[in-house]
Amino acid sequence: MRGKTKKVFLENLGRGNPVFIQILGICSTLAVTNVLKNTVIMCCGLVFTTTLSNFTVSLLRRWIPSRIRMMVEVLIIACYVIIVDIAIKATLPDISRQLGPYVGLIITNCIVMGRTEAFALSNPPGLSLVDGFSSGLGYSYVLLIIAFFRELLGSGSVWGVRMLGNWWVNWSIMVMAPGAFFMLAVFIWIVKGSILKPDQDKKGT
Amino acid sequence: MNTNMGIFAIFFSAIFTQNILLTYYLGMCSFLAISRQVKASLGLGAAVIFVMTCTSALNWLVYYYILVPLDLVYLRFIVFIVVIAAFVQIVEMIIERVSDALYAALGIFLPLITVNCAILGACLFMIIRGQNFLQSVVYGCGSGVGWMVAILAMAGIRQKMSKSRVPKGLEGAGIALVIAGIMALAFMGFSGVIK
Repeated sequence: MRGKTKKVFLENLGRGNPVFIQILGICSTLAVTNVLKNTVIMCCGLVFTTTLSNFTVSLLRRWIPSRIRMMVEVLIIACYVIIVDIAIKATLPDISRQLGPYVGLIITNCIVMGRTEAFALSNPPGLSLVDGFSSGLGYSYVLLIIAFFRELLGSGSVWGVRMLGNWWVNWSIMVMAPGAFFMLAVFIWIVKGSILKPDQDKKGT
Repeated sequence: MNTNMGIFAIFFSAIFTQNILLTYYLGMCSFLAISRQVKASLGLGAAVIFVMTCTSALNWLVYYYILVPLDLVYLRFIVFIVVIAAFVQIVEMIIERVSDALYAALGIFLPLITVNCAILGACLFMIIRGQNFLQSVVYGCGSGVGWMVAILAMAGIRQKMSKSRVPKGLEGAGIALVIAGIMALAFMGFSGVIK
């Protein structure tokens, strides 16, 4: 059991990473990574949602009729997302406004849906909890790396603090839409090309 | 933000300057998965336009006539997703009964749409921007058309790409993202057109 838990945990961080191997949840990956601070908040929300919705679906898996399981999963996820949304609105109103609809869009984030569908429906609650948590983490660290570089290159700062001197000319393209696409593509390229061995990334779409 | 805009301007800005896929990144998952063939993307695009137009109308009515008077605005995520899912289910059943040809063309794409973030995204944007009913419907339709334009262009490019040699690590999703980036750059060129 312990060994299996560890395996599940590491799988989601490395070879089964939701973002760069399975290419899930790209929407929010691209949308919130222009400023590091927003990314951190978004990641916390996502980790919370995946962990708990995975756990809940797994608890209920014997009682969910398979015909309407998608609907049930979506409703469970939506409940947690509402909690996240209200919490962010109450504590960090500025960031809530900047994130706009993307907090609500965690509902349709393919990672959350994918994990409940693929893992929680066929595994016990404890293991699902770990799986949800680690896929959330796997998603988060990719986002944080991308956000770090986008903010650094696009506004010359990290966490709102100016890092690069006045000689730095902002690559304003990095904080806009095309920069996000390029950055993620480069990231996937680096990871697939150098870190993972080519014969083991069959899961990629 | 868009409240004072004419209907026409909303429609075109939803397609070009604020393309829901290329500037708001919504609907990327199915975009990357389906855009391998032109024919499939055409079917999915048509389904998205239809569902998006109808659900933004439905959700507008539900939001302003049910949720706001009852002070249940915080339940909007659940309600919107249920409305979308129910609508898609009903449409699927109707199409199955009415037209076999249409079902063969659209049927397999409809379930995919429930979890397409672009649909929910369009509904949330229309609430955040405070659009009125007509504006919302036009915005929903325009976003759908914009999504279809993007996925069709992508599918066309990807079909040509299948013959070319791509660096090992970039194959599949990587190169698709690079193309999407270049398309987003191209669409940025429209940004001066609508003020």
